[in-house]
Amino acid sequence: MSADHDGANLLEVRGLTKIFGTLTACDHVDLNIAKGEIHALLGENGAGKSTLVKMLFGSLEPNSGEIFWNGQPVRITSPGVAKKLGIGMVFQHFSLFEALTAAENIALSLDDGSPISSIAAKARALSYSYGLPLDPESLVGDLSVGERQRIEIIRCLLQTPQLIILDEPTSVLTPQEADKLFETLERLRAEGKSILYISHRLEEVKRICDRATVLRHGKVVGHCNPREETAASLARMMVGSEVLAVVRAPVEGIETAQPLLEIRGLNRKPATPFSIPLKNISLNVRAGEVIGIAGVAGNGQGEFFESVSGEVLQQDAASVRIRGKDAGGLTITGRRLLGAAFVPEERLGHGAAPRMKLSENLLLSRHATDGKAFVGAGGMVKSGAVYAASQRIIEAMDVRKSAPDPEAAALSGGNLQKFIVGRELDRRPSVMVVNQPTWGVDAGAAAHIRQALIELSRSGSAVLVISQDLDELFEISDVIAVMHNGELSKPMPIAEATFEKVGLLMGGAEPGHAEHTLETA
Amino acid sequence: MDITVNILLTIATAATPLLIAAIGELVVERSGVLNLGVEGMMIMGAVGGFGAGYLTGSPWIGLLAAIVMGALFSLLFAVMTLSLATNQVATGLSLTLLGLGLSGMIGTSFVGQPGVRLPNLDIPGLSSIPVLGKLLFGQDPVFYISIALTAAVMWFLFKTRTGLTLRSIGDSHTSAHALGIKVIRYRYLAVIFGGACAGLAGGHLSLVYTPQWVENMSAGRGWIALALVVFASWRPWRVLAGAYIFGAVWIGQLHAQAFGIPVPSQMLSSLPYLATVVVLVLISRNKRLTMMNTPASLGQPFVPDR
Repeated sequence: MSADHDGANLLEVRGLTKIFGTLTACDHVDLNIAKGEIHALLGENGAGKSTLVKMLFGSLEPNSGEIFWNGQPVRITSPGVAKKLGIGMVFQHFSLFEALTAAENIALSLDDGSPISSIAAKARALSYSYGLPLDPESLVGDLSVGERQRIEIIRCLLQTPQLIILDEPTSVLTPQEADKLFETLERLRAEGKSILYISHRLEEVKRICDRATVLRHGKVVGHCNPREETAASLARMMVGSEVLAVVRAPVEGIETAQPLLEIRGLNRKPATPFSIPLKNISLNVRAGEVIGIAGVAGNGQGEFFESVSGEVLQQDAASVRIRGKDAGGLTITGRRLLGAAFVPEERLGHGAAPRMKLSENLLLSRHATDGKAFVGAGGMVKSGAVYAASQRIIEAMDVRKSAPDPEAAALSGGNLQKFIVGRELDRRPSVMVVNQPTWGVDAGAAAHIRQALIELSRSGSAVLVISQDLDELFEISDVIAVMHNGELSKPMPIAEATFEKVGLLMGGAEPGHAEHTLETA
Repeated sequence: MDITVNILLTIATAATPLLIAAIGELVVERSGVLNLGVEGMMIMGAVGGFGAGYLTGSPWIGLLAAIVMGALFSLLFAVMTLSLATNQVATGLSLTLLGLGLSGMIGTSFVGQPGVRLPNLDIPGLSSIPVLGKLLFGQDPVFYISIALTAAVMWFLFKTRTGLTLRSIGDSHTSAHALGIKVIRYRYLAVIFGGACAGLAGGHLSLVYTPQWVENMSAGRGWIALALVVFASWRPWRVLAGAYIFGAVWIGQLHAQAFGIPVPSQMLSSLPYLATVVVLVLISRNKRLTMMNTPASLGQPFVPDR
């Protein structure tokens, strides 16, 4: 395991530790990466994967531990040092500049003084040779997420690194784009480059990785050959226990069920030059079903959620109807009073006020709909009732916390999301709209949230879930539609949907048939 | 003819301090920092410039002192907002208040004293060409500095790698940091450059425009410079256009008032502000271009996670 026995190790990490306050994000982590291998770094959100790679790339400084590069001890004090050694990184949340062109973005990470035009030519040539065509003159703000990732990869390759770190590279890609990426990675491996591949998607890891290191709560819990493992055994290593399987019973008599949420010819102009317009979106969500909306990030899902939830009002009041009433002109509170509930994508600052207690966050979102329960005579808050209700939610959703009524920001992402979803479920809403329900949530909490959404629908509510996670949508949806470039595809029953079909739609293969959507209601 | 030339010359003199201060602030804001202390740095430059000129008798030493004064004063802002990550708006406002008060205190003994004035350029032969000679070769040195500065900043921002790096920091400091760009160091240099420019603009006021010390003599020019940067959508040549439109309408309305045009003087006095805003808004109609040029991380404090 150490460099003394194995001279072919490109990178060797021994006892790397990073402490943030009271949290040990990485606890004596050991990692060896051989030359010419694709090495997977597995772990749940919050397991310390990102912290570890940030230390390898010089964005964070370790508290203790050693890093060896080609057998020599090194201190990686800044990304500049990492780049000089030959470590390149493709970030999960891209480190690109929207207002600059692709070529300018690439130039910024190259330290040589060569003119932009020659960099653009080099980038173009390299991108075509790897089958990742790229127009260096285009403005990043105009590009899709997949194209942005290409810039990151090309930028990284232009530095001729020996080790490439990819942080959750496929989370924003369609299945077909991911295939393309895997081809590129295999070609790089054939060229003798090493790749550290961070992912929580086990099928991918089994498919392309040679070895894997599994992290849990900041500690290495195992090294393995992913090809010899099953997805279930890898999941057990990551989570440390069995993950509950989500159960979705088929729905009976959905054809005759009432549509509780109707979206009719919803249009929206782009709010900023870089945002997506919504084009004539129509969709019915009936009592008892879960409809999933798939799509690559940035194809109008955020704009769609804002329009449905009432963060942005519509000109045409009939374009959003909740329980048979026109709601397009109503604010969030107005729509909530009609029986709808909404969970936005961003937990801190949008779904919850970070510096306020959970009970206060509960009151903030429900003082209008549950006025009688929470607000007494003269507008006085019944803090006892609010507190009791928040404790009820905490218990129902199994929210783990350190204090009886902590600030929202003090909870981990998964636990806060459980509370936010639980806060809305607690009202038994007849229409529930959720954007990215389990983004950045650990597997156990995600299963809990998904099961709760299915159960809500089975009790007679209409549930609409927007998600980038295809596995999730296939797990919980009765019907799947795909959003691409502001248009919504024809919804298809889950029995007819396959990853390939949905993937093609995500790539824009069949644009906009939204106007012919389900008319059964 | 002479009247026209004289009017044009006064317009240039009125526009020059606005242009210099605004160009400096443009660089600061392109790096993602919002320094609302331009007025304070300007008045400190004015008092420093006058004081040094008055005590040494050399207007050039005065001009140098004005630049150093503005830069030093902006360093205070940089330490607060960049190293200590204080709120940029509040810190900038207090910098203005501090500058106005401090300059009044420093300048108590200068009130009513005769100042020194920077001599106008005088190139034998050229400066005496009718009309053009005075305009092109007979103005004060700071005028030429202001034009050269605008061209230099334009070249720096859009033609050099360092300028590209500066713009990228203004677009997203987290991305820049992830690439290993020294965000804080760039911002320090940008803020100090902005301070030096504001100081120079102040020096122009007390060494060229009205070579004497009067309390509050910057008279809101720092604020106009700030507004110019925004309305010019962070583009140097538009800042130049804005400064000269403001200067022209300002001088024009003064003459109109002198002629006794039957329009309330308050209305005339508001004209320069109105005209500048209208013209620059019209130039900046292209929303897409404006978005591209707006530094997206403007005013957000940056604390690298280490």
